[in-house]
This record gives sequence, structure tokens and C-alpha cells, in this order.
Amino acid sequence: MEEKALKEIPQLSMEDFKSDQMVKWCPGCGDHAILSSVEKVFPQLGIRKEDFVVVSGIGCSSRFPYYMNTYGIHGIHGRATAIASGVKIANPDLSVWVITGDGDSMAIGGNHFIHVVRRNIDLNILLFNNRIYGLTKGQYSPTSPKGIITKTSPDGTFENPFNTGELVIGAQGSFFARAVDKNPKMMVKIMLEAAKHNGTSIVEILQNCVIFNNNTHELITSRETKDDNQIHLEHGKPMIFGKNKDKGLVCKGTKLEVVKIGENGITEDNLLIHNQYSEDPGVHNMLARMTPPFSPMAMGVIRSVKQDTYNDSLDEIIKVSKETSPLKTVDDLLTSGNIWEI
Amino acid sequence: MAKNKLVKEREDVVVRFAGDSGDGMQLIGSLFSDSTAFAGNDFATFPDYPSEIRAPQGTIAGVSGFQVHFGHTDIHTSGDKADVLIAMNPASLKANLIWTKSNGIIIVDSTTFVDKGIEKAGYDTNPLEDNSLTGYTIVNPPISKITIEAVKDLDISNKVALKSKNMFALGVVLYLFNRELDSVNEFFEEKFKSKPLIIEANKRVLKAGYLYAENVEAINPTYKVKPALLKKGLYRNITGNIATAWGLIAAAERSGRQLFLGSYPITPASEILQELSKHKQFSVKAFQAEDEIAGVCSTIGASYTGSLAVTSTSGPGLSLKSEAIGLAVMTELPLVVVNVQRGGPSTGMPTKSEQSDLMQALYGRSGESPCIVMAASSPSDCFYSAFEASKLAVEHMTPVILLTDGSIANGSEIFRIPKVASLDKINPPIVKANDPDYQPYKRDENKLSRPWALPGTEGLRHRLGGLEKENITGNVSQSPKNHQLMVELRDEKVERVANYIAEQKVIGDDSGDLLVVSWGGTYGVMLTAVEQLRKKGMDVNLAHFKYINPLPKNTGDVLSRYKHIVVCELNNGQFVHYLKSKFPHYTYERFNKIQGLPFMVAELEEKFKTIIEKNNK
Ligand code: SF4
Repeated sequence: MEEKALKEIPQLSMEDFKSDQMVKWCPGCGDHAILSSVEKVFPQLGIRKEDFVVVSGIGCSSRFPYYMNTYGIHGIHGRATAIASGVKIANPDLSVWVITGDGDSMAIGGNHFIHVVRRNIDLNILLFNNRIYGLTKGQYSPTSPKGIITKTSPDGTFENPFNTGELVIGAQGSFFARAVDKNPKMMVKIMLEAAKHNGTSIVEILQNCVIFNNNTHELITSRETKDDNQIHLEHGKPMIFGKNKDKGLVCKGTKLEVVKIGENGITEDNLLIHNQYSEDPGVHNMLARMTPPFSPMAMGVIRSVKQDTYNDSLDEIIKVSKETSPLKTVDDLLTSGNIWEI
Repeated sequence: MAKNKLVKEREDVVVRFAGDSGDGMQLIGSLFSDSTAFAGNDFATFPDYPSEIRAPQGTIAGVSGFQVHFGHTDIHTSGDKADVLIAMNPASLKANLIWTKSNGIIIVDSTTFVDKGIEKAGYDTNPLEDNSLTGYTIVNPPISKITIEAVKDLDISNKVALKSKNMFALGVVLYLFNRELDSVNEFFEEKFKSKPLIIEANKRVLKAGYLYAENVEAINPTYKVKPALLKKGLYRNITGNIATAWGLIAAAERSGRQLFLGSYPITPASEILQELSKHKQFSVKAFQAEDEIAGVCSTIGASYTGSLAVTSTSGPGLSLKSEAIGLAVMTELPLVVVNVQRGGPSTGMPTKSEQSDLMQALYGRSGESPCIVMAASSPSDCFYSAFEASKLAVEHMTPVILLTDGSIANGSEIFRIPKVASLDKINPPIVKANDPDYQPYKRDENKLSRPWALPGTEGLRHRLGGLEKENITGNVSQSPKNHQLMVELRDEKVERVANYIAEQKVIGDDSGDLLVVSWGGTYGVMLTAVEQLRKKGMDVNLAHFKYINPLPKNTGDVLSRYKHIVVCELNNGQFVHYLKSKFPHYTYERFNKIQGLPFMVAELEEKFKTIIEKNNK
């Protein structure tokens, strides 16, 4: 709205977004760090605090809206993306954020999740992936690794887990990024990019559930192993990782391969350069699929491509219809077609 | 040579067009309706679609029908049995003979009554020859043959020519009722603008039918129905689904809200979504969701932002929406749920009508979850019911379930077009920016509704959700006393809607012998039956309910004033059960029909007579 654009947006701070509600997540839960990252991101976006809406489903993470002093809806299980779609379609001027978990978005809400991605509705979706059901106290989730023993898989799961990035790209996602709860700086940077992206932004956050799935991401996040098991992607930069920054990725056929710089004549020039804006999802998909210990986990913005959003198209059609429709008023509608007078 | 015409006057007539689903019966049905409108009659129509999309040609499963009931007097139903049946092939004759009066006129295409067609329809012998149609007046021109003959010098194939054969039948019927051909000819010119050959072919075939009727012995007398004595005004023909969609658009206009529909296609409700998808010029946002659940959830999201938010569905879809409707009850957001009922349970009989979702609408949610439940009574009433459902939803901040049904959704009747400015103003309780007294669950003293604070507004940030809310602040609360209070408040809020709706009217006397009770889409047929018996001097009265929850305040009083009560509904006794639970001290008789078919006036009259006779013994 023009009126809004003219208004001065006061300088906001984290304090503007803290609610008066007591945060009830377990001490040590990864959710705390994600909350404070979001509180850091919102004041930086140049958006009025009244224009944020935070929508969630059900699960530990979904308590989130109560802890943010914004407009918000704590929805029902699996339906956050559907509720948020309605918020955004009805009022495109709002900045709509969805907080969801692996179970909420990919089990009970799987259908809504793939369709919101396909429609490219301009939502920022933070997907807390702790690979377990926390709120119901420890059953396996659609991202739990094969073989994991939980309350409902006493013999180990024998289901194939989803890879979030692969699912998002398969659903024609225009934005997919990955972060870890233990790296707030990275989270903030990625959330800022997600907010800027026009379309559905999925940010998968590898989150630790200290109670029911402690250290599930340990290999990727522990101080000792993280550098060799994470690759931080940056657009336009070669794909380098490792404690000594001596490893890189090259493309061999349809696979990405880890190579060592300096070995077999490999130099930085041989490495893949990250292009997050490439429309072709081929490399993005390969990056999303990488999992330790065979290859590093890709972190950062994996994919970010320009596509018309749902609202771009809808609002354009509305504009044209208003100009061209012979029906200017509701009275015109009621008296359209065959009518007669008595 | 034209024969000597004898013209008889009739009060009302029922015409039924039936043919193969490719024969264009819906088209000639609606063209005949238009002609009926121009003749100044009151009328109502009902399409009878086959349940298969493309059943094998010539079989009973593929028969499509369209019934028009028109008259000089007020017409409230699409009619019991037909005075005139048009059957374009043996299967349509076989399927529709039971819906035709025993002395009716039957017009058939004799060209189709040959071995294969007769066999496909399941006849052993040719019904035109085996005396099984004694008592009916049979008009049996070789329609297909004459159609091809009539256009043989035009440069079109026989296949194309035969597409016009429905117009021959229409020509016969127009002659039979002393109508003009002009309006139909104008339709051809408009519809086939760029195809002069097709215009010519249709015109010729229509004329051929008309002339055939003029010359054939069997059509004598012809009939005339005088114009109806309708209130002055502008009129149109409208189906219930279109009326529902337009009622919602009008409500958006009168409330100053944007209309949002979140919906998923389902028979027989899809037309509401289709119609609203067409009206983006009024900023209507019709979102075709990935499923029923997303349909209602997106609607709740839109409602939170301040839209007039609606979801439309039919029975099984309402089941899928239950949990989300509970969320709307808890968040106390306005939501209109239009449920076009069909035969259930499960997939049931999707193309057939029933009133069997009443209990689901009242109670089909977890927890104590009251909603306003109301039911539209006729195709044109869908407009006003959708409008009022919207008004109640936004003014009282609650979900409203509006029940219509397949019969009134697809059926049509004439609609006196209102001026939008004459409709009630709708006043949403929207909170002003920075209102210092704003609290999310602080209630209006009278209505008990909470205020509607819209995202984007300064000073009103708040969170809603499915967890129990603390009274006034709206913070999450699991306190035992607060929960009891909130359950009672939500219930009382809906109960108090009774102060804002019309009292229950009775058609007939203030007290008496028999009170007929009905609700929803059966209004037309109930009214017709009761009026006819009253004309015969019988003490029969009608209370037809539109508001189910809450019931009108005077309901108990109405029930108390008659010696006997009979509750009639197209289900196994849901409303009667509900009334018993609210007013246990009365005795209720019941009349339930669960065949996917509407009530017939005749069977209702029969039932009421029997009750009166039994009670007066
Ligand atoms: S159960 Fe796990 S995910 Fe839930 S709050 Fe506790 S630590 Fe966090």
C-alpha cells in the first residue's frame, strides 16, 4: 500500500519483538537460539512491526508465535502452511512467517507443504528439523534416519526418511536454504536472504532436541567434526570446506565428489562455483542430497530463483478484471444475463 | 393445413425433457425456461444429471433430464409428476415414465425406437407398439429423420444436423403451450454468431417441430398458462449455488470486506467455487486449495486478516473440515461454511440430495464446539441465507454453517432482484488502531462477541490459537475454572444470536390441529402441500425452520399451540431428534424419506391426511 510506503518505519530492536509470555521450551533446546535469531532478523527488514504475522502448526517449535510480539496464529497440526497461505493471499502486504517442524510439515502436513511450495506463495517457512516428535515425547518422524530406535520403533525404523531439500526442489521450490541451530550468525544471514526472496522460502534448520533425540546432528555440528562435515555455500564462490579449507566439490557425471585441493593436480579452479540463482535444479538437488559421512552437508542458500509468486499473478488478474469487466457494481452482476420486468 | 385449434387454460404445468446425456436436454430445458419467463409465468426447474460422466449411449445410466414447473399461481417446486414428457430415446422413456402422469402427453423420437435402442434400454418389446402406454397421449414423430430432411440442402453432415434434433422437440413443446419462437431464434443468433449454417439449421429444425405439432392430430388441444400475479420488479432465473455465490458477494459489499473463498471441488458444491472464481473484478479471491482441509484453513487465515471468509463443500468435505472449524470456534473468528448436502454416508450418492448432515453440522467436532447452524429454504433463498450467514458470522465473530442441498443448489426458480443498497448493512466489530482498551477476548456486552483486530493495525498485536484462551487477555490458559467459563461463554455467545434472528413464523393458524415441521431445502414442497390441504379446509399448518442453532426464541411456544406435530425431513430423523432434546415434553410424529429424492406434494398430502384421520378417530 502506498500509504504505508510513505510512512517512516521507526528503528526497531529485538525488544520490540519479545512477547511477555514465558518461553517454555526445555533448557538447552535448539529452539531458543532460533527464537533469538528471528528476533534479530525482524528489526533489520524495514518492515513495520504490525505487518509481521507468525503462523505455526503443532509441535514444540509451533509454540513460537506466543513468544513473538507480532500478530500470530498457533494453528492446528500440519496446517500452518495452509493457514499462512490464506493470510498472505488475503493480504499480500503482510510479512508472513511460518514456524513448523519435520513432523508438522512433512508428515501430517505433507500435502499442504508441497503445494505451498509449488504455488510459490511468498511465505518464509522456518522448518525446525530435529528428526523426532518432541511434543508427543519421542516417536520417530519422517526425517528420522533409518534404524533409529524410538518409542514407536523399538526395533529401529525401517522407513526411508525424507530429505527436506530434495522434497522442496522436487515440488518446484524457488528457495531452499539450510542452517544449524548452533550457528546463530549463519541463521541470521540465511533468514535475511529468505525474507528478501520473493516466493516461498524454505529454511531448514537442523535443530537439536536435547530430550528425545540429543546429538542427532552431532556429526554436522560438533566443534571437532563440523568443519569437515559442513560446506558453507556462497553464491559465486568455489565450493570449499574442511578444517584446513583444503577440500572441495567437483561434479562427476550426475554426482558431486569430494576432492582434496593439491592432490591429483586439483586446484581451486577445478571446483564447482555455487550458483544459487540457476534455474536448473540439477546441482541444487545434488547439493541438497549430500549427507555425512560420505560428503559434507550443504549449508547456506542452496537455491534461490526468480519466479512469479501466487500473489503477483493473482493481483495482476484482479487488476485487469477491474479494468475490463463490464460488471462494475454488484447490482450489475445481479442484473446480468437474462432478466425481465414485471 | 392447420387444424382447428382448441386452446385450454391451465393453472400450472410440469414439463420434463429427457434424453441421452449428449442430446442437449439441459439446453432445451433452459431455453424453455427462458420462454416461460417471457410468458410471465412463475416457474421452478430441476436438472436430473446422470451419475456417470459419460455412460454408454442409449442406456438408462446415461439419461439426462430437466424438469420445468410453471404456472399462473405461485410455483414453489419443480413439480411432482410431469404433464408432458419429452423422451428422445427408449432409455429416457423407460427411466422417466414413473415421473409422468398417467394421462400425460409423451413426445418421443420414433426413429430411435428400433431394435438396438429398445434392447439397450432394457425393453423386451417396443413400448410404442405393445400397448404398455395406454392412457397416455403419444406424439411420435420420426424426429431424427425429419431433422436431417429439414437441413438436407445445407452444407452440413448428418452428424452435425442431428445435433439440432433437440430443437425439434423444443419446437413441438413451444407450439403445445402457444409460445413464440423468437426468443429461441435470437439465442441461436447470439450463440452461433460466427456459424451462419448452424444458426440456419437450428432455426429450421425448431420450426419443423413447431409445424409438425401444428399439423398432427394428437396435439389438440394446446394449452395456455396465464401470466403469474407477481410483485412488480426485475426478475431472473437463478439456481441455489449461483444464488449462494452472489449472496456472498453482496455480503462482502455490504460489510466493506474483501471476499475470500478457500475451497476444494466436490459435487454438488463445486459451482460455488467456479462462480466466485469468475468475479475477480470485485476483488473476490477464490482459492482452489489442495484439499478440503487447506480450503478451510486458508479461510481461517484470511478471516484473521479481516476478509469475509468462506469455505464451501459437501458432506464428506465437511467431515474433513471438522478440526479446523474447531479452531475457528476457539479463535472466535468469523467463518462461513457452506455445506451443500448430498446422499451419504461416505461417497454415498453424490448427485442425489439429502438432509443428512444436520447432526454433523451441529455436533461434528471435538470438544464443546458450538456454531451457528442455519439452512436455506429454496434456490433464491440461498442468496439471502448466504448473506445472512455472512452477517451473523462477522457481527458475532463465530463460524456459521449454512446448509443447502443438491436439490436447491442445482434447481432454479425465479428471483426478484433486490437493490444491493436495500440489503442490511453488515457491521464487523473491527478495532481502531491503538485502541487503549483493546484486549483480544474482551467481549461485547450484548453479543458476547470478541473484537476483530486486523494484522497491519498499529497497537493491536496479538496471538490467537487452538489452545484454550484466558478470558479477556486471550493468553494461553489451562486453568480449570477459566476453561469452564470459556466453554460457557462460547456457548452463550451462540445462544444469544437468537436475539438477532427472526421469530419462527407459522403458515396457517395461530393454533390448531396439525403442525407440520420442516427445515431447509424442502420448503417449496411443504408449502405447496400444506396450502393445498388448507384450501380443502383441513387444519394443517406449517412451521418451516431456517435457523437451527440457535432456534428462534419462540420455537417452544409455536410447538405448544398445536395438538399434533409431524416433522418431515429427507433423513432418518435428525431434526426431530434435535427438537426432542430441546423440547422433550411434546410428542412428535415423523415422516422421513431417504431415497435421494425430494418429497412429492402428493405423498405429503397423503401423509398429513392419514395423521389427521387417525388422530380424529
Ligand atoms: S522436547 Fe526437544 S524439541 Fe521439544 S522443547 Fe524439549 S528439547 Fe526442544
